[in-house]
Amino acid sequence: MKLAIVQTKPRKGDVAANLAELAEVFAQLAAEDAPYDLVVLPEAALTGYFLEGGVYDLAFTAEDLAARLAGLWRASPGATRGTLDLAVGFFENAGGTFYNSALYLEIGPLAHRIVHVHRKMFLPTYGVFDEERFLSRGRRLQAFDTRFGRMALLICEDAWHAIMPTLAALKGARTLIVPSASPGRGLAAGGELESVTHWRNVLRSYAVEHGMYVLYAGLAGFEGGKGMTGSSALIDPFGETVARLPALGAHILRAEVDFSEIDIARARLPLLGDLGAVLPDLLYDDELTPAFARRVEGRTA
Amino acid sequence: MSALLPVVEAPLRRFPSLDLDCELATAWLEAFLRDELLERRGVARAVVGLSGGVDSAVTAFLCARALGPQNLTCIRMPYVSSGADSLADARAVVETLGCNERTIEITAAVDGYLQFEPQADARRRGNVMARTRMIVLFDQSAKLGALPIGTGNKTERLMGYFTWHADDSPPLNPLGDLFKTQVWALARHLGVPDRIVAKAPSADLEANQTDEADLGITYLEADRILSLMLTGYADAKIVARGFAPADVALVRGRVESTHWKRHLPTTAMLSSTAINEYYLRPVDF
Repeated sequence: MKLAIVQTKPRKGDVAANLAELAEVFAQLAAEDAPYDLVVLPEAALTGYFLEGGVYDLAFTAEDLAARLAGLWRASPGATRGTLDLAVGFFENAGGTFYNSALYLEIGPLAHRIVHVHRKMFLPTYGVFDEERFLSRGRRLQAFDTRFGRMALLICEDAWHAIMPTLAALKGARTLIVPSASPGRGLAAGGELESVTHWRNVLRSYAVEHGMYVLYAGLAGFEGGKGMTGSSALIDPFGETVARLPALGAHILRAEVDFSEIDIARARLPLLGDLGAVLPDLLYDDELTPAFARRVEGRTA
Repeated sequence: MSALLPVVEAPLRRFPSLDLDCELATAWLEAFLRDELLERRGVARAVVGLSGGVDSAVTAFLCARALGPQNLTCIRMPYVSSGADSLADARAVVETLGCNERTIEITAAVDGYLQFEPQADARRRGNVMARTRMIVLFDQSAKLGALPIGTGNKTERLMGYFTWHADDSPPLNPLGDLFKTQVWALARHLGVPDRIVAKAPSADLEANQTDEADLGITYLEADRILSLMLTGYADAKIVARGFAPADVALVRGRVESTHWKRHLPTTAMLSSTAINEYYLRPVDF
């Protein structure tokens, strides 16, 4: 499986220019001898991340975005040799309700198919972030089947809560795709921003604990003084960072991925199997279940 | 009898780290300047007002690295009472960088107005000088097809130790999230001439003026207290870490009486489409 993680540096709010730039990236990818199987793009890849009220001007329906991206890919010379899977973060207009979403799309030579849309569940609304002022929360975490096995999408803060990759793995996901837009902060020491170090630590811990590939696509570029930290990475199911892009600038990470490595990693460290067995005892706990029960009652009342 | 186990004492973290990875900070700020100037605005040139102090020197060094010294114009804007050392120190920056330089004395412009206000006190006179310098910087930028770059640091912004809509008015500011002591560290890393880094910081609006005398606290103490305050510690907790109650009160008082200086003017909201209240668009949209 040939993978590209495309670290974009969009022009704020200029969808036409960003699509034109993506067309150039597609042409570059399609020109390679061996065709790509999966391309992953960051959160808000076509608009930039901090849009405030501009999100209502620049949100797509999933269907519209899928059609545009499929058309764009097929227009690249040599692109129609086979099928390409594409994951991308975008602001979604779902009938007047707006989400920070990510789309997983399968583009065949003639037709395309939306495989899954994940709506970000954890909307950061603190400090520099203000997502829930403008967006609604996704309400469901789902894993989904692709040509390359079962996967899950987690968007940015979704992946800062360890329970999310854990639940995704329990739902059968073998690969985590994490589109992200992370404004850099913390210049104290160590040669990289503290927020980048935090990302690296959490993603590696998920990969090794659950035996998953983690495909992290980070947005790049400065947005009103806030520098997005790129640092897109491929982490293997042993927790090793196979390749990583710099924090600054637009880049492409190219990799051959062998998903059978997941079986080897899980056999060697069967923590996910252990968790599946113990999970009922953890969840049906007197300290947790009354609280769950109250919430369920409240929702049906 | 059982022997006592050896004890490892965890160090008390007296204040959050003010450490700065200077190499990383330089790379980050260079990228910030290039992105905001070249890519976002399509402007290749910058104008920096050089006072002879460390903030404007560091800003000039960063601009020269980001854009090339040929695309940087440093402007010295002395008033008749400005120190001769300040002019010489500003010249040393220009000579080190090999950038363009212009000296425009603001005495005639400032006195042209102040002749009608002979009773103006030092604070008012200083504000007129600072605002006159901004007139020069913005006009020179328009002439050169450049943008003026701000030089204010986080400490002076928090303490309100600047002239509103003057020092804070340039559209880009690389140092605004660095405390003064961090600017000093960055200055040493960048190779700013020692004299400039070592001398007592001064607004140079009056003879023998120093910032620390004006503020009533050293920058090092102020930065440590500010970093605790901004992290969310209450005054009693800061005092418990060994800072003088009077110093903590002084810093708190300055920060809390100057929030307005870190905002645009207060506008009466009269509709549900009020700008920056309902109609919200980021600066780079």
